[in-house]
Amino acid sequence: MEATKYTISMLVEDKAGVLNRVASLFRRRGFNIQSLAVGGSEQPGLSRMTAVVLADPAQVEQVRKQLDKLINVVKVADLTNDDMVARELALVKVAATASTRSEIMQIVDIFRANIVDVGSDSLMVEVTGDEEKVDSLFELLRRFGIKEVVRTGRVALTRGAVTAHASNKRKGG
Amino acid sequence: MKKTGAQILCESLIKEGVEVIFGILGGAILPIYDTLTQYPQLRHILVRHEQGAAHAADGYARATHKVGVCMATSGPGAANLVTGIANAYMDSSPVVAITAQVPRPFIGKDAFQEADITGITLPITKHNYLVSSTGELADTVKEAFYIARTGRSGPVHIDIPRDVQTEQAEFIYPDKVNLPGYKPVFQGHPAQVRKAARLINSAKRPLIIAGRGVIMSQAYAELRELVEKAQIPVVNTLLGISSFPRNHVLSFGMIGMHGMAYANMAVQDADLIISIGMRFDDRATAITGGFAPKARIIHIDIDPAEIGKNVRVDVPIVGDVKNVLGVLNKEVNVNTHSEWLATLNKWQREHPSLEIRGGEEVIPQYVVRQIYEATQGDALVVTGVGQNQMWAAQYFTFIKPNSLISSGGLGTMGFEIPAAMGVKVGRPDEVVWCVGGDGGFQMTIQELGTIAAENIGVKIALINNSYLGMVRQWQELFYERRYAHTKLWNPDFVKIAEAYEIPAVRVGRRDEVVPAIYKAMDCDGPFLIEFVVEPEENVYPMVPPGKSLSETMELPKPKKVSKRKPKALTRS
Repeated sequence: MEATKYTISMLVEDKAGVLNRVASLFRRRGFNIQSLAVGGSEQPGLSRMTAVVLADPAQVEQVRKQLDKLINVVKVADLTNDDMVARELALVKVAATASTRSEIMQIVDIFRANIVDVGSDSLMVEVTGDEEKVDSLFELLRRFGIKEVVRTGRVALTRGAVTAHASNKRKGG
Repeated sequence: MKKTGAQILCESLIKEGVEVIFGILGGAILPIYDTLTQYPQLRHILVRHEQGAAHAADGYARATHKVGVCMATSGPGAANLVTGIANAYMDSSPVVAITAQVPRPFIGKDAFQEADITGITLPITKHNYLVSSTGELADTVKEAFYIARTGRSGPVHIDIPRDVQTEQAEFIYPDKVNLPGYKPVFQGHPAQVRKAARLINSAKRPLIIAGRGVIMSQAYAELRELVEKAQIPVVNTLLGISSFPRNHVLSFGMIGMHGMAYANMAVQDADLIISIGMRFDDRATAITGGFAPKARIIHIDIDPAEIGKNVRVDVPIVGDVKNVLGVLNKEVNVNTHSEWLATLNKWQREHPSLEIRGGEEVIPQYVVRQIYEATQGDALVVTGVGQNQMWAAQYFTFIKPNSLISSGGLGTMGFEIPAAMGVKVGRPDEVVWCVGGDGGFQMTIQELGTIAAENIGVKIALINNSYLGMVRQWQELFYERRYAHTKLWNPDFVKIAEAYEIPAVRVGRRDEVVPAIYKAMDCDGPFLIEFVVEPEENVYPMVPPGKSLSETMELPKPKKVSKRKPKALTRS
């Protein structure tokens, strides 16, 4: 079956070793993980993890259920088919000379990205968006010389009043 | 009142109803052992190797439906538990493993006898804990036992730094757990149950595959009601043995790699498979691509992650087997399935699968059958792994519920002796037979010391073929008889047993088998019989690796038919 990208959102207890449990599960079950973003949530004591996995539908069902079995994972939702907003943040350090600087700034403007640091021979650009937007900005900046890149990986929430984990019905032993 | 961590641990174990702990001490766990003596209601059984402690706790848990407890010190002690914990994990056995850790200030400093044991046990436990303060110890123990025994049961590991054992904290044992991420499902979804009932009521050739979930849920009566009401034949996985009486007219035995030919045929021809508390292990299904090609599948399991993991399923029902069957039985119609049952009975006659050939030499099939005859099935049988395990599974007629204790998922040689110890300690009034091979026996042979010291009355049937027999069988069948490193030089096992002051006899002729078995049973304590058997005996039927259940190889027909008089000789 065709492998596609799935966005899995998890609400996890903010305890020592939880990231290790989640990462270990992906490794042990042989799931292909593309990105994993971790941070706080709206509830104290709980963190939210967003994972992008490359899988076929049967595999992603296994991913979801196996994650659900982890005691410290409170909720798991597959947001892929939901109406979601997915973003990532990237920082890119691009080489810039006096002659290229304004052209770079124009591109940055079009992408509604920001220049966050200016060096003598480089600029640091901050961009937020989905992966395609970040990729296409990088593509355009490539010819100026990209020196360093860092990306957060995808974070995502469902649109509107529905919470990401409302559809999650079952927990298993 | 303030108590030390060690006291809190002991009192928490008592609150959880623990009666027996299998373990070995060492430096880091000394405070706990020093305290243990103040609590005589906690019986401690000193094993000879930590692997034995874990297997004993596992055997105890399987035999009693209670949580088994094992204990070890930090570093090597904890690491030696690992095989036993992995074994319990694969077979969903409720075990709480307690280890000591170096004092908190030393953690991460590569201190003496330090190992990152929670890192090591993470993928082989249902959950694990490194206790970071004495104050959280009671809650941790409460949670550990709750997680181990509920839902799909399994091992939980608690690692306790030495200074957490000695520091003091207020002891209040909680009456509830707070686990927002752990909510096992016990009741099957009513709509799914109805859907399953409709399929069952309309099936022409339904077949139940019963797994260990039936035993863990103690749903014997519910399974029997379903079977008899709708007249559905039952087959079982290895660990599903003794979930349903094998002498019942609707029992068709074990499926899988060494299952009965007719049982495998039933799977392949059924139009509906009702899988109850089993997980479609590859040894049961053979290649899944060719598994039950004509059947729709109902899968009842307490673990939602088992649904669709190995085999596609048409109607999943997540819930506790006992509850689900209780509801399902009400919706299932009375039925006869006489044509289907006639077919199965015909296959059973044509493919007997359990013949025992005659002769003077001792063969394992005969030994197992005679243990059955001597006990009339009123015994708990603990097996090793490999040929001995398969012969025990095939030739002992399991009638008594939960009477086979065997390492199914992990296939751990050396499980037999320590697990049998745990079984006998947990069920002292039962006759416990341990059927093992000479290979596995030598992997945990040191536990003869524990058996002798504690006078644990297990009867050991050592099937000695001087080979790692199952591997040799594969070499014979699939590696052109190249017996690479499967031949074993063995010590004198009778002398070894006697050195441990365990009475023992060696049996080399068939007519000595029965007297030896009775001698063992008449003996008050432990007893060992070494059966010197045909070295190149094979286990049949067999599904070759990579094949489907349709390709079950049966016992090759002998050249001289006259030599086969199974009926007469089994009763000798």
